[in-house]
Amino acid sequence: MNAKELIARRVALEIKSGTLVNLGIGLPTWVANFIPEGVSVTLDSENGLVGMGGKPPSGLENWNLTDAGASPVTALPGAAAFDSSVSFGLIRGGHLDVTVLGGLQVDSEGHLANWMVPGKMVPGMGGAMDLLNGARRVIIAMQHTAQGAPKIVKKCTFPLTSIRVVDLIVTELAVIQPSAAGLVLLEYAPGVSVADIRQATEAPLIVSENVREMKLVQNEVPVV
Amino acid sequence: MKPVCKMTQVADLIPDGATVLIAGFLGVGAPLRIIDALVAAGRKNLTLIVNDTARPDLGVGKLIAARAVKKLYASHIGTNPETQRQMLAGELDVELVPQGTLVERIRAHGFGLGGVLTKTGLGTVVAEKKRIIDINGESWLLDLPLGADFALIHAHKADYVGNLTYQYTADNFNTIMAMAGKKVIVEADEIVAVGEIAPDDVKTPGVVVDYLLESRA
Repeated sequence: MNAKELIARRVALEIKSGTLVNLGIGLPTWVANFIPEGVSVTLDSENGLVGMGGKPPSGLENWNLTDAGASPVTALPGAAAFDSSVSFGLIRGGHLDVTVLGGLQVDSEGHLANWMVPGKMVPGMGGAMDLLNGARRVIIAMQHTAQGAPKIVKKCTFPLTSIRVVDLIVTELAVIQPSAAGLVLLEYAPGVSVADIRQATEAPLIVSENVREMKLVQNEVPVV
Repeated sequence: MKPVCKMTQVADLIPDGATVLIAGFLGVGAPLRIIDALVAAGRKNLTLIVNDTARPDLGVGKLIAARAVKKLYASHIGTNPETQRQMLAGELDVELVPQGTLVERIRAHGFGLGGVLTKTGLGTVVAEKKRIIDINGESWLLDLPLGADFALIHAHKADYVGNLTYQYTADNFNTIMAMAGKKVIVEADEIVAVGEIAPDDVKTPGVVVDYLLESRA
């Protein structure tokens, strides 16, 4: 199992029945493939859709019906489509239960930076700043390091996405929860030691008394 | 009845140096034929207000690639390396605006409001040089209205008095931008007879629309 799949299988355990969930572009989108059977969630797409379904069969794409990456999707029975003002009203107004976003850096205070690397890469914040502002729960799904360099750092050096503290960080090595005292290590991936995690993390880690091995959703085949 | 503009004429409506709202989300729900006409006419020095710049070969991205833009307001340029290159090289002035704030700034202009108070961006670089307003002990960021000379809109159906409907996620910025341009030019998937769109189904009332683009040949 590669790192992205492992992260997606762990994040999928956080997704509860009856919630409205927004999945960011890239790695977070993978989470939809591993939502456990019997868990019924409603997916929100920030381009104006609640009740997003999977890909349509080839030949049945409607290019007016897409996800936030502009790939054709379907609208499930009960879906609703609306303009960007309503879409961000849902996000900012506290109507969204969970968002799963990627990250460039998260720091010891739980602050996220995910929209630019000064002088090098400027993708822009898109909806990320609004999602951080308004979502009830923010889960960061990202690889633990970038080309060997830690992404969980003492203090973000890239511009922050928000001053809101994220709720959970899931990587291919660990599950980490920000707290007032610092970052708390809750889980380690199978075959990974606490020392391995510390080695790959710049920020200090508090090891939870109840630290345990990461559980993963075990769906055999992606359902979407 | 609204004037129906030919493909060969639509670019003449929009001069060099104009400020233009262009709807769409990564090209979806974008007025692609009007954009093509602007590129073909060699427009220069435009100020664009858009959600994103799609790709260099798609939608608004074609205007970026054609060097038609001097100033850009957008929330996301990550799918267009050419926009980022021009920005980092100092050739294009880019103001990045959080997506929810961007749509509300446009809405404020179109709806006659003086600004938007939001918590999005507080404590980040997007709050620099902006006023923070204290209301009952809570801090809010003041973002100012954003309008333009033109709004370029993609509708699903338009009738000949300019009433518009949108389909699924092709609505995105269209409904809001249609309220915020001095002149509103609409490219529809289909133009239908007056009366064919039921009043309850109209998302943009025709009174704000100035021109329709002729149907695809």
